[in-house]
Amino acid sequence: MILYILCFILFLVGLYGVITRRNVIKIVLGICIMEYSLNLLLILIGYVDEGVAPIVVRETMASKFVDPLPQAMVLTVIVIGLATTAMLLAIAIRVYKKHGTFDIREIKNLKG
Amino acid sequence: MEVLIAIIIVLMIAGSIYTLHSRDLLSAVISYGITGFGLVICFLLLQAPDLAIAQILVEIITLIIMISVIRISTREDVTERSTIHIKGVRYINMRTAAYIVTGAVFMIALLYFFMDATVLLDPFGVHQVRMSAAYMEVGAAITGSANLVAGVLFDFRAYDTLGEATILITAVIGILTVLRLKGRR
Repeated sequence: MILYILCFILFLVGLYGVITRRNVIKIVLGICIMEYSLNLLLILIGYVDEGVAPIVVRETMASKFVDPLPQAMVLTVIVIGLATTAMLLAIAIRVYKKHGTFDIREIKNLKG
Repeated sequence: MEVLIAIIIVLMIAGSIYTLHSRDLLSAVISYGITGFGLVICFLLLQAPDLAIAQILVEIITLIIMISVIRISTREDVTERSTIHIKGVRYINMRTAAYIVTGAVFMIALLYFFMDATVLLDPFGVHQVRMSAAYMEVGAAITGSANLVAGVLFDFRAYDTLGEATILITAVIGILTVLRLKGRR
């Protein structure tokens, strides 16, 4: 139970970064931290005590596997996370070229 | 096991707090690697080797993209003006104090509701395999893949993977559109 709560605290740290930081790059990093904590939570839920990785070998046939379904879903999430991060950074670099700053308050004031 | 993962998660929290507070963007991006590689070690301890491989790859690609972004822009962080000076003494701005109090109350409320919700989850390590029990029984025979994660990803849930590929292509098109050399006015 303590692991779930620690994981949620990591999520809250990312949320804190998104809310309070004024640098666009820091906001992107906060979003990535939130995504990591979400992946970790899903894998923590799917873990079984003394389970082995879900790879079928003749000797481990009898033993327990951890849940393969969250692992497959999180693999999808990781790749999509890379795509969204690259997209956010592309927008950030575009904004920097137009306004010459990463400060979101100045960007808001400049308009356009 | 549980203690080990707890220690790594605490390290990840410390690394991400440093990431969000460092003055230099380059050191922020590098210390962000603490969070990413801590996650890799957690995946390895939680018996998810496929995820660990994918996460290392994604982590390094993200690091390269971010460093190239910082190289062509600036390393300086935005200076924070959260304090005011009256007769040489630093006071926290009233508006900043209001933001801090509101944010703290909001986050404590979120944490409370999450702790309420964890009662519904299984405790760590005694997960009941519900949906993927059938996958485990017949997955290797039907898909012919020894790795059940690959079997689920590319056979039982292949449409999800198709959607993932669509999202990737959309992201690439979006990046090419945003980063076109000559922008229209």
